[in-house]
Amino acid sequence: MTEMQITAAPGVPQVLTTRELDAPRELVYRAFTEPDLLVQWLGPRKYKMTVERFDLRDGGTWRYVHADDAGNAFGFHGVFHGTPSPDGIVQTFEFEGAPGHVSMDTVTFEERDGKTTVRTNSVFQSVEARDAMVDAGMAGGMSEGYERLDELLAKMAANS
Amino acid sequence: MPVDQLDAVFGALADPTRRAILSRLTQGEASVLELAAPFSVSQPAISRHLRVLEHAGLISRTRRATARLSHLRAEPLREATVWLAGYREFWQESYERLDELLAALQEHEPDRSQPEDPTGRSTS
Repeated sequence: MTEMQITAAPGVPQVLTTRELDAPRELVYRAFTEPDLLVQWLGPRKYKMTVERFDLRDGGTWRYVHADDAGNAFGFHGVFHGTPSPDGIVQTFEFEGAPGHVSMDTVTFEERDGKTTVRTNSVFQSVEARDAMVDAGMAGGMSEGYERLDELLAKMAANS
Repeated sequence: MPVDQLDAVFGALADPTRRAILSRLTQGEASVLELAAPFSVSQPAISRHLRVLEHAGLISRTRRATARLSHLRAEPLREATVWLAGYREFWQESYERLDELLAALQEHEPDRSQPEDPTGRSTS
């Protein structure tokens, strides 16, 4: 399984991710679009995910909530743009903790040899909005160019 | 960490020479001469890199006799990593869970994407 790649280049209000999954595209698409499957994987295990609305069509709205044991709940909602299909899903995304900060997300699914590469492209209103999203602990990322930061930190930890 | 300082940290880390300098400084303080030694770039070029790192708060510099010594400052790096950690962890964990779900689904319903071999021969 390939490592997920994240790119969040400085100065560009965008976050890109790429991840390969060992399943055909049709199945991956179902996992992204069927609420009973979606709640089984989206988000950290510590959250119980509830899908409140998921109207999978052009102009359809969606809303889901991540809740933890301590009673904290984080709601997210948005609208599908264009007809979602295994070729791709375009949707707006808004964290209800930061109303008005909306990103536009495009997810594409590409199958090769029975494996599917999922690419996400999130475009924010500004670099500040992107960074605020990252600060909120939900969105953000890191440029592939910074991958060595991890190595460096490991080295620093070993030397301290 | 303020956004403009994050930009400075990420900008500083985007350069391989500067990362190598930071890496060298994990072993302890060093002079410009010592830092320039492993690279095929001039001392003034190394000094420029050090100024970028200093501006980002990633190193501090002190003077001892005639040498200017650079020291690593770890805190901005740690903060930058925390900044990055949210999304990365969210999606890494999600995709790990999705791996498990997809594996379970495929166990229950065999892979329909692979048509049966029309010749009846098995290649495996």
